[in-house]
Amino acid sequence: MAMKIGDKPFKERVSDGIDDKFMRGAVSSAQGRFRSGRLNAAEELGNWEDWRKLGEEIRSHTIENLDYYLELLSENVTKRGGHVFFAETAEEANDYITNVVKQKNGKKVVKSKSMVTEEINMNEALEKAGCEVIESDLGEWILQVDDHDPPSHIVTPALHKNKEQIRDVFRDKLGYDKTEKPEELALFAREKLREEFLQADIGITGCNFAIAESGTISLVTNEGNARMVTTIPKTQITVMGMERIVPTWEEMEVLVSLLTRAAVGQKLTSYITALTGPKQEGEVDGPEEFHLVVVDNGRSKILGTAFQSILHCIRCAACINVCPVYRHVGGHSYGSIYPGPVGAVLSPLLGGYEEYKELPYASTLCAACTEACPVKIPLHEHLLRHRQEIVEKEGKAPVFENLSMKAFSMGTASPAMYNIGSKLAPTALGAFAKDDKISDGPGPLKNWTEIRDFPAPKKDRFRDLYKKRKKERGE
Amino acid sequence: MMAVGQAHNRNSFLDNLAKNLGRERRHHVEKPNWTHQPQWEVLKGASQDDLVEVLKKQCKLIHTDIHETVSSELSTLITHLIKEYGAKTVVTWDDPRFEEFGLNDLDEELSNEQVTVHTWDREGAEENLAFSATADIGITFSDATLAESGTVVLYSDKGKGRAVSLLPAVYLAIIPKSTIVPRMTQVATEIHRKVEKGDMVPSCVNFISGPSNSADIEMNLIVGVHGPVKATYIIVDDK
Repeated sequence: MAMKIGDKPFKERVSDGIDDKFMRGAVSSAQGRFRSGRLNAAEELGNWEDWRKLGEEIRSHTIENLDYYLELLSENVTKRGGHVFFAETAEEANDYITNVVKQKNGKKVVKSKSMVTEEINMNEALEKAGCEVIESDLGEWILQVDDHDPPSHIVTPALHKNKEQIRDVFRDKLGYDKTEKPEELALFAREKLREEFLQADIGITGCNFAIAESGTISLVTNEGNARMVTTIPKTQITVMGMERIVPTWEEMEVLVSLLTRAAVGQKLTSYITALTGPKQEGEVDGPEEFHLVVVDNGRSKILGTAFQSILHCIRCAACINVCPVYRHVGGHSYGSIYPGPVGAVLSPLLGGYEEYKELPYASTLCAACTEACPVKIPLHEHLLRHRQEIVEKEGKAPVFENLSMKAFSMGTASPAMYNIGSKLAPTALGAFAKDDKISDGPGPLKNWTEIRDFPAPKKDRFRDLYKKRKKERGE
Repeated sequence: MMAVGQAHNRNSFLDNLAKNLGRERRHHVEKPNWTHQPQWEVLKGASQDDLVEVLKKQCKLIHTDIHETVSSELSTLITHLIKEYGAKTVVTWDDPRFEEFGLNDLDEELSNEQVTVHTWDREGAEENLAFSATADIGITFSDATLAESGTVVLYSDKGKGRAVSLLPAVYLAIIPKSTIVPRMTQVATEIHRKVEKGDMVPSCVNFISGPSNSADIEMNLIVGVHGPVKATYIIVDDK
């Protein structure tokens, strides 16, 4: 699948999300657990703000000097006998990868989790070339077995599925005959995938942080599948977004510490694997051949713009895990493999406003994302900036905002108008209110209330209450 | 002499980045001294015994059994654990520390129990993998140990295969007490210094914290996915 997921328009995707009760329950409990994990991990360190500032400083310096660090990385990879291919487009990346696989006469490819390979639609390119491609991350494998259901979260991609659904998928597709207990489901995956690992000719991984000074790539994982992918097959191909790089081991360590804490509240994941080139002479396991593919695919257009800091992102999903909009609409509503606040900023930049202009509006601008970000990306400011650019470019906001905001701005343009407007509102809207919530609002509110309830205007406005209390107190 | 690899398409790609950044290509950059360095504050000034306590506590959180012993008792403890786990096949690194810590006779000590011990064979690639894939226990030493996160760090090498800590159902790590440092910072800095001196980084550095796990099904923690389903550490006093 490419970055874009599904063909339905934004509003339909959102309705589907809102109607999916299991997904919403799963997302909100996951958000709760992720969030408390992150907060506990931050509290434990004591000086989390200093860590965030360090993270920001490292990312900012690295991206500002990206050409230098990528050159250094590629020199060091080649010194160790690895090959590097710089791909400006998805097609270039896929062509190179497909060629390597063909040259090696590869038939079976095992993969560990990688968002960028989803983005460039690599699996399809390899399948067209006659290869079998097997996802080995448990969540990704579940989605693959379920006829390529798209991911809905960048850390736990199958978050929208419950264990009964997973059991049924395994039963229908693979003849699974045990229960929906997560342990039994995982054991089944272990046994099935163990055979695949042992037979695969090619291993493909993503990259959390490449280390420029030594030509190393690091992988942050829990399941052990990325280690399988880089231990058993004879050829390893690693695909990285061009910004996924740090200067030295010292910065890798800091960013890994930020990533694992911000993502899941772990001090470190079970495995941090740092790989440099192919195996050395005399070593028995590990790949004989190593290829690194560095992908641009639209990222370089972000450099030098006001959005540059979105390239600082370390893909921890902390912003997704605190987002109130994501909580209600779920990952598929964003129509992109990058959901949540980071997706709402990044998807329009990589995929264009034509496809993703609604996303910057799928936000309350509450700034919880910015506050959660371990490298201090001002996410909500980027969302606002997108809105400005969309309005400037198109002369109007893409969804309902223009109409509703016009009405709102009329009503708020002067204190007198606001007074009249908010005094009239309870009368005007009262008919639509149920339990002090407006769920099916008229006119400008309609689009808003399709997505969430609007609090019904109180009969007593704050201003009136305040006046009344002042009077009562005799002030 | 190692073969040098190829870099394709590099200059046009990097020229484009520099252009978008609004400047010429940079061929030399000094890494700044970072303003904030909180990583050095973690467990600062802790003694080796303090670090052992931190490590033991962290092991509880990462579902890892931990034992403490002295060099002279190590062999007895390991044979006891192998029997307790009911293991029949064991794979170990070919590492001089096994002899230093009196473990070269594990094979003989366990022969009465019908336990087969396979030492990583520097020549036999496929045989090592085949044995490890079905082995009950894999045993390695830790090259460096991180107290904060309960992590053993393994440097790959000729006798030190990657599969020993990965394919068997149980992973057993022997941690010489002297290898314990506060956190990942100390190890990363040591490797960075080696790189600056021009030393080779091992082809695979693994930071392992307990057994493999996943939270991909309804966010429930499942211990044991593709890697080992159980991890046990033994701290051995080597002073």
